[in-house]
Amino acid sequence: MSFLIDSSIMVTSQVLFFGFGWLFFMRKLFKDYEEYQDAILQTYQDTILSSLIPLAYFLHCSSRYFHWKLNLCVILLILVFMVPFYIGYFVVSNIRLLHRQKLLFACVLWLTFMYFFWKLGDPFPILSPKHGILSIEQLISRVGVIGVTLMALLSGFGAVNCPYTYMSYFLRNVTDADILALERRLLQTMDMIISKKKRIAVAHRTMFQRGEVHNKPTGFWGMIKSVTTSVAGSENLSLIQQEVDALEELSRQLFLETADLHATKERIEYSKTFQGKYFNFLGYFFSIYCVWKIFMATINIVFDRVGKTDPVTRGIEITVNYLGIQFDVKFWSQHISFILVGIIIVTSIRGLLITLTKFFYAISSSKSSNVIVLLLAQIMGMYFVSSVLLIRMSMPLEYRTIITEVLGELQFNFYHRWFDVIFLVSALSSILFLYLAHKQAPEKHMAL
Amino acid sequence: MAALDRVKVLVLGDSGVGKSSLVHLLCHNQVLGNPSWTVGCSIHDYKEGTPEEKTYYIELWDVGGSVGSATSVKSTRAVFYNSLNGIILVHDLTNKKSSQNLYRWSLEALNRDVAPTGVLVTNGDYDREQFADNQIPLLVIGTKLDQIPETKRNEVLTRTAFLAEDFNAEEINLDCTNPRYLAAGSSNAVKLSRFFDKVIEKRYFLRDGNQIPGFSERKRFGGGTLKSLHYD
Repeated sequence: MSFLIDSSIMVTSQVLFFGFGWLFFMRKLFKDYEEYQDAILQTYQDTILSSLIPLAYFLHCSSRYFHWKLNLCVILLILVFMVPFYIGYFVVSNIRLLHRQKLLFACVLWLTFMYFFWKLGDPFPILSPKHGILSIEQLISRVGVIGVTLMALLSGFGAVNCPYTYMSYFLRNVTDADILALERRLLQTMDMIISKKKRIAVAHRTMFQRGEVHNKPTGFWGMIKSVTTSVAGSENLSLIQQEVDALEELSRQLFLETADLHATKERIEYSKTFQGKYFNFLGYFFSIYCVWKIFMATINIVFDRVGKTDPVTRGIEITVNYLGIQFDVKFWSQHISFILVGIIIVTSIRGLLITLTKFFYAISSSKSSNVIVLLLAQIMGMYFVSSVLLIRMSMPLEYRTIITEVLGELQFNFYHRWFDVIFLVSALSSILFLYLAHKQAPEKHMAL
Repeated sequence: MAALDRVKVLVLGDSGVGKSSLVHLLCHNQVLGNPSWTVGCSIHDYKEGTPEEKTYYIELWDVGGSVGSATSVKSTRAVFYNSLNGIILVHDLTNKKSSQNLYRWSLEALNRDVAPTGVLVTNGDYDREQFADNQIPLLVIGTKLDQIPETKRNEVLTRTAFLAEDFNAEEINLDCTNPRYLAAGSSNAVKLSRFFDKVIEKRYFLRDGNQIPGFSERKRFGGGTLKSLHYD
């Protein structure tokens, strides 16, 4: 009986999340594009809804195991089989040459993917040799590696980028005069391009009228011919053409710089508002958190430390010991850690979706939007699987055993170590990168 | 030779509809081999004869980007909308959204004088009256005609005819990878040259009776380098 209740709860919650994901998909990602196919939608939704495992916390013990395993199987199926195949299919259909044998090439791509995916497991000490080839543990371990790397990269970058964008301390000072000067330069460059192109057009027209055919040297003979018999006019033209190319490159750069300046000016104005001040304050808070995390990661690596108890229980124990307050440790730690884990999950999902949306807008076009959505679905799926792996650390002992049961015998410690390493690397390199970018901009600015 | 008169025509449309291919086709009568993203603006020259057989330069300003860009990009783009004489609106026949976005594009270009976050642009509503007294000639071009299957063609063409009517403009539907659509003497080529003639007329021949073109020039460039592009 309880099994039935649990199943119905699972189904309703999945439908809810399906609806939510659909909304997100339609409103945010696909605002400007019409071309999508239902299959993609389906895949995307399946990935989302199957990823929402944590709800299993609220279910009864007996059926929990079953639902976990079921969800896990479905996710893995989608992540490793369906989505890569679809991605291969859409990439191939974008390339005009291979239109005829789309399916064949998609299969080829998928096999390549599987090969690399398998090879991924070799250099890492993630498996005890007890397991067979096609077991769930094999798949999860590999997916886990990729997902953990991704998570660590994202959190490293996010931890550094977040204070950088929030705090107005880093905002460069941009005045209206600067923007005007840059725009003037841009338009001057445009004028120069125009006059040069006019000269080329005139030259073409006169040559055409005089009956000379202006052939571009094609092929081997053409090149030899152009070396020996060079027309004076065409030499001049190619010189001008080169100048035009250089000027066009310059105009592109100027455009991007001007857009950058406009954006900075907007941020300055925003920071003067109340919301801006609030975010500024948050920025200081986050920078402290970021420094602390980097510090902890370093310590973990250097001292090869693996936490035995989760932070919440530790915290409660400390309060009990030092403050002498009477707590029923077990009871409270269970609930508080659930809430905390829930908050962590929700904020990380939100952060991920926002980052991915921005990324999507930046690089999508009507051709590649399908591929990108699928890539996003793939990334999200891997992200979720590995967050389940990692969250094991923050949970009380009994629940850890459940996860260990479901996911099988994996070397969890390795994953934590790996996360710390990648996090450190990512955070440090983003600090370096942002420092360089920040340094470079004002200098370019001054040189105007 | 540089003393020939010039006319500025903007080519607007969503990213990926084929503006760069179109402009290349118009100017060089050749198909563009490998189109890449246009950043900022690229200009092509096109020489056109008028009824009195005088040659003019037509500058086709191909502006890249999407209509939903950040406000900073929009403000930067607004630099290119100075003193324009004609607009070519390009949309993709296989993508309905790009046709709908044309309204926003035209508003952005025509209302350049209003601050980028002004009311007219943000609510995105199409106001026919604004186009009624619009002095700038418009042309609507639909691309990727070859990718529409024969069965759906009629429906698509009816839709675009309505679109062109809304803008009070002519329309051309073609495929930018096939020069035959703009072959000399075809109805498309006739429409195109009629459009360019109209642009040149409005710019040079109606100057005396045409006092207020619908938007004022940017004050801050008053004495600056752009004098040559403005009305005397």
